[in-house]
Amino acid sequence: MSRPRIATVWLDGCSGCHMSFLDLDERLLDIFERADLVYSPIVDVKEFPEDVDVCLVEGAVSSEEDLHRIRMVRERSKTIVAFGDCAVTSNVPGMRNPIGVPPLLDRAYRENVSLNPQVPTQVVPRLLPTSQPVHRFVDVDVFLPGCPPHADLIHTLLDDLLAGRVPDVSGSRFGR
Amino acid sequence: MTTVYTLTIDGRDVAGSEGQTVMEVAEENGIAIPGLCHLEGVHDRGACRLCMVEIAGSPKLAAACMTTIAEGMEVTAHSEQLLEYRRAVTEMMFMERNHVCAVCVANNHCELQDTAAALGLTHFDLPRISPKVDIDASHRLFAIDHNRCILCLRCVRVCDEIEGAHTWDIMHRGLETRVQTDMGIPWGESTTCTSCGKCVQVCPTGALFEKGRPVAGGSKTKRPFLPWLKVVQEERGL
Repeated sequence: MSRPRIATVWLDGCSGCHMSFLDLDERLLDIFERADLVYSPIVDVKEFPEDVDVCLVEGAVSSEEDLHRIRMVRERSKTIVAFGDCAVTSNVPGMRNPIGVPPLLDRAYRENVSLNPQVPTQVVPRLLPTSQPVHRFVDVDVFLPGCPPHADLIHTLLDDLLAGRVPDVSGSRFGR
Repeated sequence: MTTVYTLTIDGRDVAGSEGQTVMEVAEENGIAIPGLCHLEGVHDRGACRLCMVEIAGSPKLAAACMTTIAEGMEVTAHSEQLLEYRRAVTEMMFMERNHVCAVCVANNHCELQDTAAALGLTHFDLPRISPKVDIDASHRLFAIDHNRCILCLRCVRVCDEIEGAHTWDIMHRGLETRVQTDMGIPWGESTTCTSCGKCVQVCPTGALFEKGRPVAGGSKTKRPFLPWLKVVQEERGL
């Protein structure tokens, strides 16, 4: 049997969940004795590959690019984990939802600048009307709340998934 | 003489005095029924609906905090079905306003957050309403962030029943319901508020907080000070 293929993606989040993932420390060696990390912000692969077994998704879906990526991730992954509060509830990125995009961009790019005030339209992806959790757009197999989820919980989750068990997420909670 | 009733909760034989609620008898017997509006020392109100239990022979659920015990009563406080209901109630509390645990003053000191964890709630299926909700920071010492209010009305009851000020009350209906100070004026302009801070101490979430506290810095007292204050009140004939 081929080695399980793990990926991680970073949508609208602060990368804190990935920092917590790195806090697995030497346990990362144990995990990647048994599996390959085929795509992640911390490895130098540009394209999200086919046939991913487990993908940890950090961050809410906030822009057209996030939406495009999460749909591709869903197509190419067997198991998707909503990884951390932003992916699970939209958390801090979702705090803009009651405000609306135009007032938000005006505040950030026009009202609060003194030099050349303008809303960027090139290169950066367009924001969606609201920031939403991952499961609003694609099916999610496992939810791991936490801001960020503790490294021990991430280790238990990956260990369970690699052993073919239903992952035990007890002990997880919203916030920290 | 007080009449003693015997009843069962989750199949366990328990006893209590006439006039006691199912919630009180359960607590005395170490049976934990979740609740966010119940608070020892003030009258119960049945606002949060988390303590709903099944009573044999009754076709509907009953709030344990509002139901007085009776002889031979058979109460089911924990079942798969009740767990589902309690998760649904908790989820609706989260979705009705804008709760962001990560940046909340009550992070790690929050009864709503604890309840979600205890019920094993890992995500929300209901869509967010994301209402535009006000913050009133006009008071010198305290502030209220309505984004985090679950309308348990502990503040209203403690202000009325213990402090005797009745600064807090409720206004509007349905999704527009808000706790208010005096007749809906800013808290800082209230002429009845004594700035005692009891409302802040009993708030189960980060809705009421002391100004100047950082994220996760809103630790509240764990001591049950209200029953003690009640005794003092009664002894002084207040």
